Amino acid sequence: MTVKVKARLIDANGLKRTISRLAYEIVERNKGIQDVVLVGVRTRGVFLAERINHEIERIEKSALPMGILDITMYRDDFRELHSQPQLQQTEINFDIDKKNVVLVDDVLYTGRTTRAALEALMAFGRPTTIQLAVLIDRGHRQLPIKPDFVGKSLVTSLGEEVQLKMKEIDDDDCVLLVETDRDNYKIED
Amino acid sequence: MSLIRKHLLGLEGVEKDELNHIIQTATSFKEVLSRPFPKVPTLRGKTIVNLFFEASTRTRFSFELAEKRLSADTLNFSVSASAVKKGESLRDTAQNIEAMKVDMVVIRHAAAGAPHFLANCIKGSVINAGDGCHEHPTQALLDMMTLLEKFGDLQGLRVAIIGDVLHSRVARSNVYGLTKMGAEVALCGPSPLIPIRADQWPVKIMNNVDDAIFWADVLMVLRIQMERQQANFFPSLREYHNYFGITVDRLNRARKTLTIMHPGPINRGIELDSELADSEHSLILDQVTNGVAVRMAVLYLLSGEK
Repeated sequence: MTVKVKARLIDANGLKRTISRLAYEIVERNKGIQDVVLVGVRTRGVFLAERINHEIERIEKSALPMGILDITMYRDDFRELHSQPQLQQTEINFDIDKKNVVLVDDVLYTGRTTRAALEALMAFGRPTTIQLAVLIDRGHRQLPIKPDFVGKSLVTSLGEEVQLKMKEIDDDDCVLLVETDRDNYKIED
Repeated sequence: MSLIRKHLLGLEGVEKDELNHIIQTATSFKEVLSRPFPKVPTLRGKTIVNLFFEASTRTRFSFELAEKRLSADTLNFSVSASAVKKGESLRDTAQNIEAMKVDMVVIRHAAAGAPHFLANCIKGSVINAGDGCHEHPTQALLDMMTLLEKFGDLQGLRVAIIGDVLHSRVARSNVYGLTKMGAEVALCGPSPLIPIRADQWPVKIMNNVDDAIFWADVLMVLRIQMERQQANFFPSLREYHNYFGITVDRLNRARKTLTIMHPGPINRGIELDSELADSEHSLILDQVTNGVAVRMAVLYLLSGEK
């Protein structure tokens, strides 16, 4: 696979401001942080959720309970894969019954990761609401899924890919628009 | 990494990174088992047959539960209720399974090599759930997972396998697996119950159980298989208990705390004192819990298109 960077959509400062706005919006929509929990979708959704939580702690003087979701077991494309993807740990060490769960992911595209995440969350209980926070909405939905909090909406073509880079695992803090020769989007392992 | 093999017939020849990969995957599934709704849709649409030609409670339930937790469709075939009673051969049984478009077969059989034979006749994946006195790979995997949880690393860990090694598929799979993982293994039992070629394995052989207790960190106590003792491998159960039984007295004399494991079912008071089986140093019930997670991992990893 060859990758060509076409544009730098958000830089480090922009990312910081966007995360800060998402934190304010989450607090505003939920009228505070009572009964609100964050669940990050592996891999970068987790780091994003951690940063949002850090901002919420700054705003509200108290952080939210945070969980980590690995959606691999809920993927709908096992039949198309040649070998089984690597599983990682899911860590939700609190009860989500009657909670407002904010699901955090980096890029919303086909909606299939979100669908899998919704199904996975249901295995932990019955939350009052599940809200979806994404850094980038790049369109091309294949399922009826709509985000509640969006960092940035983009118009993209199918041959493009939007990549969030985060210092926690990458060497930079930014969002890139890259061109790939992959025919179809694949959920990140 | 991903598992490249199609079948799990034994642990002989399975490499350390594969063992670690299976156990790491099992850790993810263990978390699933602790959820309020302990079920995932991962193997939805897959059909798995459990072919048990030999009596089993724990292993069969463990596989069946693992399959159900993964949302696979399962069929159970046990010898008393099957056409085998009417004289059907394993090849015919296999062809019938093949005709029913089954994705995976879990097989337990009294004949060593039956899973290998089956693997050659069908398109689906075959998992050995115990073949004769040969191998029982998922048991050894769950034993290693349990030891890893307790000790963090198996490098240099001293595991003494005690009892009827000759008839034990659990012992063979553990010898292959544990030594690959860097553990030191000793086999201890009455000489007639130690396999003739055991000296070709990378293990120590001990005939005095007190030596094994002195040497080991972990005692893996095997079941005296009453059903295989017709040939008088030892004079009596009482004598076996006196010379090889793991008792509170023996461990007190050794003045050390050892971790106790047993693949079950236990003959309490023969190979292992009840008090030790139920003590805080016993991992026996952890082994059972981890068994479901390990089997989920094996089913998941083998179920990919190969």
